[in-house]
Amino acid sequence: MPVFREYRFMLLRRISQTAIMGLFLGGNLLGWQVLQGNLSTSRLLHVMPLTDPFAVLQIFAARHMVATEALTGALIIMLFFGLIAGRSFCSWVCPLNMVTDAANWLREKAGLTVLGNGPVVISRRTRYGVIGISLAVSLATGIAAFEWISPIAMLHRGIIFGMGMGWTLVLAVFIFDLFVQRDGFCGHVCPLGGFYALITRFSLIRIQHDREKCSLCRKCLDICPEQQVLPMVGKSSSTVTSGACTNCGRCIEVCPDHAMKFGIRFSPGKQRTRIA
Amino acid sequence: MPERRTFLLTMARGLGAATIGGLAWTGFLDGKKAYPTVLRPPGAVPEKDFLAACTKCGLCVAACPYRALILAKPGDERPVGTPYFTMRENPCRMCRDIPCTISCPNGALDRLLVSGKDANDVMMLDVNKTRIGLALIDRETCIASWGIQCDACYRACPLIDKAVTVEYLRNERTGKHTIMAPVVHSDHCTGCGMCERACVTKKASIFVLPRELAMGESSDRYVKGWESTDEERIVDVPEDTTTVTPRSEKSPLDYLNKGDL
Repeated sequence: MPVFREYRFMLLRRISQTAIMGLFLGGNLLGWQVLQGNLSTSRLLHVMPLTDPFAVLQIFAARHMVATEALTGALIIMLFFGLIAGRSFCSWVCPLNMVTDAANWLREKAGLTVLGNGPVVISRRTRYGVIGISLAVSLATGIAAFEWISPIAMLHRGIIFGMGMGWTLVLAVFIFDLFVQRDGFCGHVCPLGGFYALITRFSLIRIQHDREKCSLCRKCLDICPEQQVLPMVGKSSSTVTSGACTNCGRCIEVCPDHAMKFGIRFSPGKQRTRIA
Repeated sequence: MPERRTFLLTMARGLGAATIGGLAWTGFLDGKKAYPTVLRPPGAVPEKDFLAACTKCGLCVAACPYRALILAKPGDERPVGTPYFTMRENPCRMCRDIPCTISCPNGALDRLLVSGKDANDVMMLDVNKTRIGLALIDRETCIASWGIQCDACYRACPLIDKAVTVEYLRNERTGKHTIMAPVVHSDHCTGCGMCERACVTKKASIFVLPRELAMGESSDRYVKGWESTDEERIVDVPEDTTTVTPRSEKSPLDYLNKGDL
């Protein structure tokens, strides 16, 4: 089934994203104790704390001490994504990814991508600047600055606890990605994505490229939301080492030559032809 | 243009853009974080610390068995994502195990603030230590204070006869009836809001406000001499105090003994 092959990771990601939101929603409305809270802070199976490490960093910047449980939760998340899963939070967990993917799809369908970027050009490094501003504003105001305006938080909190006027911000992100900049929010502005890009530089699960199989069709580069992480395509068989790669697996799906696959960072030699 | 100059200018431009963003962001947040009337869950640390510590996770909201706690949505006129009560619709039921406070992983709700020592000197949860706010009564709209028989708030109070008592006053209008007026006592009132929900007037005549808003603060200069414990309040107050306006040089006796009285 070629169609399934081309969308298998996307399907899994949508299942993952909606299942996590569903478990949270059940945790709030029906009292399920699988996953309670939201993506800012939660409890897994009623015992294991999970905390957004970037939120904790902002709270520190706001000159406030975080309770041990939240700190433990932040550490767990940092170890999981930083050492194992890479920046997969962005493509497998974050519900805003569905919004920006939809914007991207429409952008493609409407031919806006051919038109090129504009009216303003935003650097991919902007997000690291936004991290700095987030921390500075947290220091100035005494509150975790990004948590108050984050469209991600507006969306997941909205899904779980009621949306209110939060949809306006989510729509703004959609329009931004549709008209202003391709992958504008997730790939250029979002400080949380930037934070994960910084801490997942050494994570284990990685995309690997096989030069021998590559026929230089560039489909992976066209589909990739972080094209700059694939400089080796068509040049050398190697592993994607940039933390900016979200491990979404789109490059694997669209590659007609089976030249991309999920792998483990330290085993570029032991490539198997079977794709995960 | 020399490379170094280009680099410096690019840096300056980036910093400038960041400053604009940061200033706008700070200004926006500064206006957003001050909502003095917000009623927080039991065990909430002071509002300034609360806003810093709360990660807006909603675990307290999910823990509330009565769905009384609400996680503020954008447009709710409360700090977004933080938990609050609306007492008229759904007040706090004072659960003895205080599930909301217990659920907080961030230290925004502190169980020590709602704990006390029991008979065996062991620290235990004590929901009656809760201070969500303080109930205030508008006597001009309270029908019991008019002289009409009503004790809805008194009966609804989970600390009946402690937090709300009934004061018997002579009805001067009729000369032969009693006004049974409710009175709130701040040393017992938890601010749970059961009274506010029970109140029969169109808009509640008894309502909860945060304590900082509802209460004054007595002066160190005045002591209830007729209460033996009240003097403890001023033990740590320094002897030499400064006055804003200069003290009168004259003796009060001079003024009293002047002939023009």
